[in-house]
Amino acid sequence: MRKSLFEKVWDAHAVRTLANGQTQLLVGTHLIHEVTSPQAFGMLRDLGLKVAMPHRTFATVDHIVPTDQFAEPYRDPLAQAMMEELRKNCASTGITFFDRASGKQGIVHIVGPEQGITQPGTTIACGDSHTSTHGAFGAIAFGIGTTQIRDVLATQTMALGKLKVRRIEVSGKLLPGVYAKDVILHIIRTLGVNGGTGFAYEYAGDLFDRFTMEERMTVCNMSIEGGARAGYVNPDETTFAYLKGRPYSPQAAQWDAAVANWKSFASDPGCHYDDVVKIAAADIAPTVTWGINPGQAIAINESIPDASKTNVVDEKASIEEALAYMKLTPGAAIKGTKIHVAFLGSCTNGRLSDFQEVARFLKGRKVAAGVKAIAVPGSQIVALQCIAQGIDKVFSESGFEWREAGCSMCLAMNPDKLIGDQLCASSSNRNFKGRQGSPTGRTILMSPLMVAAAAVTGSIADAREVFAVN
Amino acid sequence: MALEKITSTTGPAVYVPGNDIDTDRIIPARFMKCIVFDGLGEFLFYDVRKNADGTDRSHPLNEARFKRATILLSGANFGCGSSREHAPQAIQKYGFKAVIAENFAEIFLGNCTTLGLPCATASREDIAKIAAVVAQEPATDVVIDVVKQEVRFAGQTVKVEVRASARDALIHGRWDPIGELLDGLPAVQTTAAKLPYLAA
Ligand code: SF4
Repeated sequence: MRKSLFEKVWDAHAVRTLANGQTQLLVGTHLIHEVTSPQAFGMLRDLGLKVAMPHRTFATVDHIVPTDQFAEPYRDPLAQAMMEELRKNCASTGITFFDRASGKQGIVHIVGPEQGITQPGTTIACGDSHTSTHGAFGAIAFGIGTTQIRDVLATQTMALGKLKVRRIEVSGKLLPGVYAKDVILHIIRTLGVNGGTGFAYEYAGDLFDRFTMEERMTVCNMSIEGGARAGYVNPDETTFAYLKGRPYSPQAAQWDAAVANWKSFASDPGCHYDDVVKIAAADIAPTVTWGINPGQAIAINESIPDASKTNVVDEKASIEEALAYMKLTPGAAIKGTKIHVAFLGSCTNGRLSDFQEVARFLKGRKVAAGVKAIAVPGSQIVALQCIAQGIDKVFSESGFEWREAGCSMCLAMNPDKLIGDQLCASSSNRNFKGRQGSPTGRTILMSPLMVAAAAVTGSIADAREVFAVN
Repeated sequence: MALEKITSTTGPAVYVPGNDIDTDRIIPARFMKCIVFDGLGEFLFYDVRKNADGTDRSHPLNEARFKRATILLSGANFGCGSSREHAPQAIQKYGFKAVIAENFAEIFLGNCTTLGLPCATASREDIAKIAAVVAQEPATDVVIDVVKQEVRFAGQTVKVEVRASARDALIHGRWDPIGELLDGLPAVQTTAAKLPYLAA
């Protein structure tokens, strides 16, 4: 029988069927971080249980680390406590911890791929919604809750119901100035924030075939924002080339066998999909959000929705609620909306290629007066690569603050926060109310280059015009 | 591990209207910097319940007449957003024993079930009916019958749905899967041995 990658990986990791019909699924790789793991370790201790496979568990610290302070103790005692708790839990159970002193620390979804831990045909779980990122390698990667973290720590498995698979095929070329971020914002806008409930998304088509691993990661990262528990791209030569020579990748003697094994997981041509969606790459424009969920998005040249133009009660209410919060005018152009903060980073867009692309255009330009702009590499390794290429200088000379690796302003668990109702042009993945640290703070999601365009003009702008991209 | 068999939940209810109430709204991220979950309850819906200076805003949970509520009623796509369990934990620690909404976000529903917190979906009209009764008479006992998939209140009965897998787990006291997962450990080794990346 022809099978999709999802089914093959699922079947290879299914241990047995549980009484409630769910599957006991083997989790090959468990990634943990400081925010969602301490409670799970606590539960484990309460139950007198041990970590089943410490050698298949990897930790890093990302959410709470201050990006402007390296030395401990941190100013926030709670952040310091979380850091120490993770250090202690890893040391006492034999889990590898990519601590800041290791030089390999970073956002968990950047560290896994970077180290070669994320591999095709594997299952990955992490107590973080954006674990779907790892699907870019042809892995099935799930975000899980704390109790499930406990389950995975104790048994290296979790109880899960099988997902359906929707293939999303994007064909053709992207227009200049349109990026992977726009692709996923467009997909979520098209299918809705709940459109993926019950599904794993298989991203395919010639656009994805040509995409780099970093572009694939940006798309897979936001699968969860479209309601899909997991998202993946079938592994190919691009995947294998990326993995070759990384610390945890198979060594030379095992390489060929590993690649052959990885290839065998790719979806069989003609296999069954529960749904297929086709999108033309040329229809995708630089996309920005206008509301309070990632599906509330428009092309940069469209105008902000007007609740009075719709008769659907739900839609009316959600537009009204979103615009009241965002303090935006119905029917107005989004272009020209004044911003206060520009944030470049996160597990969606905090990789080397993101900073490279922006630096190419930012060189010689200045951040507009009154705009606070921060650039936060997603990992210490990304930071070093940027420094080696002089990218950090381009950013600091233009007026961006160049920071240490971490989640930073993607969410409000470290000192990088919006103040009051500041509006932030952000390369992150969530624009929920209060997401960036102030209960009235406002977020507009967009690609890294669009963030740069907003930073230099001081307002939401079309990067293609600002930087003469063509 | 023997767990309680959750076949029904009874108590007063409170209606928190709105669609797409996400986990950041349920428990703002800044309160998640905790090492244990205890104490999360007091921060439930914090940013919509409190002003910046800590004084109360108008919100159903701030109303004295709803203080004893153990059943939370809400709108569509409840619990969307982050996978963090802090949101269901905050709901449970606050004192809620069940949630009724038009529908739930996937991960949130799973996390609630694992805590033994039934999530029942009902039609918008039926939620409005329950909400109307509760607004009139906050002390009304609302019964969520997990087995029959119905909600009874003030002499009325409405149909609800509790997802089959969750219902089964709740009714049979298997909502926390750890016991069964541990039983499977020998089989886990067999599965792992067949996978090159784990056999090494
Ligand atoms: S960068 Fe943002 S979305 Fe990614 S792991 Fe950190 S907080 Fe979560």
